[in-house]
Amino acid sequence: MSSTSRPFRAELSRRSAAVGRCHLAGLLGLRVAAVGAGVVGALLLLPVGVGLRLLPPGAAALRRCADRARHRAEQWSGVRITTPDPLPRTAGARGVLADAGFWRDLSWAWLEPLVGGLLVALPPSLVVYGLFGVLVQPFVWRLLDDGNWYAFVPVHSTALMLAATVLGLGFTAAGLLLAPPALRLHARWGRRLLAAPRVTELRRRVEELTDSRTEVLDRQAAELRRIERDLHDGAQARLVALGMRLDSATRLLEVDPPTARAALLEVRELSGRALEDLRGLVRGIQPPVLIDRGLGDAVRSLALDSFLDVDVEVRLAGRLPAAVESAAYFAVNELLANAAKHSAAGRVDIRLAHEDEGEEAGARGPRLRVTVTDDGRGGADPSRGTGLLGVRERLATFDGSLVLHSPQGGPTTVILEIPCASSLPKTSSC
Amino acid sequence: MRVVLAEDLFLLRDGLVRTLTEHGFDVVAAVDNGPGLLRALLEEPPDVAVVDVRLPPTHTDEGLQAALEARRHHRGLPVLVLSQYVDQLYANELLSSEDGAVGYLLKDRVTDTGQFIDAVRRVAAGGTVLDPQVIGRLLARGEARGTISALTPRERDVLELMAEGRSNAAIAGTLYFSESAVAKHTASIFTKLGIAPSTEDNRRVLAVLAYLRR
Repeated sequence: MSSTSRPFRAELSRRSAAVGRCHLAGLLGLRVAAVGAGVVGALLLLPVGVGLRLLPPGAAALRRCADRARHRAEQWSGVRITTPDPLPRTAGARGVLADAGFWRDLSWAWLEPLVGGLLVALPPSLVVYGLFGVLVQPFVWRLLDDGNWYAFVPVHSTALMLAATVLGLGFTAAGLLLAPPALRLHARWGRRLLAAPRVTELRRRVEELTDSRTEVLDRQAAELRRIERDLHDGAQARLVALGMRLDSATRLLEVDPPTARAALLEVRELSGRALEDLRGLVRGIQPPVLIDRGLGDAVRSLALDSFLDVDVEVRLAGRLPAAVESAAYFAVNELLANAAKHSAAGRVDIRLAHEDEGEEAGARGPRLRVTVTDDGRGGADPSRGTGLLGVRERLATFDGSLVLHSPQGGPTTVILEIPCASSLPKTSSC
Repeated sequence: MRVVLAEDLFLLRDGLVRTLTEHGFDVVAAVDNGPGLLRALLEEPPDVAVVDVRLPPTHTDEGLQAALEARRHHRGLPVLVLSQYVDQLYANELLSSEDGAVGYLLKDRVTDTGQFIDAVRRVAAGGTVLDPQVIGRLLARGEARGTISALTPRERDVLELMAEGRSNAAIAGTLYFSESAVAKHTASIFTKLGIAPSTEDNRRVLAVLAYLRR
């Protein structure tokens, strides 16, 4: 993935685009400055009362600018900037003044044109000045007198003109090279001022965790209720019936051996059914093959059981935490069932991989990635069925994610990711 | 007939030893863990091994692994695997380990002593015995994929019983056919599944394998 391995043209257009974005960011900086100035004007007019009416719309406009800057930072440089809480809508100017996010926006509006603007202005300036040296200087130096300088080169002979051209090429190249890092720096700089306060971020995280914990507890309680009911209505009832048949068979043993025999055969059948119930229940809680062999073979077993042509590729070094294995297993099970039921697919490819190191995993930590692709007709929509939604909710408990790509006409690809560390094969028990 | 038995639950082990002894088997070793099983199978290979999938120390698929390992050392060592549940993956592994002399049954099939003893004898004689649950899932799968549609309902019944490891005579008895009718059906199944006549391979096992691998 290094920049030298890219085709030169693609690299050039990427960097040219970055120069253009720098330029755009610089121009937008001016607008931010204008909006910021307007807000300060509203603040100054507060004592005379007019400011009270001007401040809320001004603050809202400023927030829109800031939101766009956040969006651009992520789009252009992949820098995520958390949003502060929305501005208070009802409390008027007083509410705006009490809002921490507003003051952050304002300080950004004043600093952005100076610091950020200068930063992003550099690459386009280098490029423009460089192009001036290359495209204009060779033709105009003869017309100008001795006072003609290009950067630090006094251009008054052919040799010096060539030197100036080379220098211009250098400037252009420098501008192109600097543009992406400048954009990235600009985005980081924006994050310092625009990101929600740490307290807000933590508060949100706590809310998220509280929600997912409540969810897990509810789900677990529901699961226990289901297991209890299944035991009660299934195996337990069968065992009671079995006891009764056994009792009557015992009484009939002397007087009516043939009937007793029939009753005993029935007892055997009942015991078989009770076992079947229990097996089904166990499979629903935790499939034995998952405990025995781990996720890879458990998914292979699912593939063997599926009516579809399923190809499984496993790249897992060892066992994963039991809860993660279980979540991933049931998710794959659900996805396979979906593919069989709704997509009219004939083939499914499942890839299991654990990303431990490497550039991509490095930033986000080790994670399990499951990719399920079918050749069906697509058009899957999590907002319609409960299946995908359930999977997504379940994964949220692990801070995992489900990404669905299912255009009409197919094919459908689902990517599940669950952050987790893999244990070595020999230490799978801990 | 010499039997090695591996089962970690005392009650079941005791019951199995009793049942096998009652039917004239000589239980030479009854072990309760994986390493012990492997040692017993490698030291003096019995005529047949009856093995529980889950055994200590790991309580995972230790028994199955030990049985497969022993079969790598002693080709065709007859092994009947008992399990609390049946899994297609395990059935595949057993059948792929070599042709024949394997069985894979749900543990509660032992409640039908006659069937269980019959299964042990057939595996010991080099046959293949699969649990009706495995067969049922195979056939359901074949049906859903349309691969079984080539077979007539009668041929499906025959294949099902064949996969359970029954002889032609037994199949004839179960389906109330004459033995020659069964032979005709099996020949037709082999043709439809593309299994050529051969003196070296067990075509009946190959027919089952053909189904498992589709």
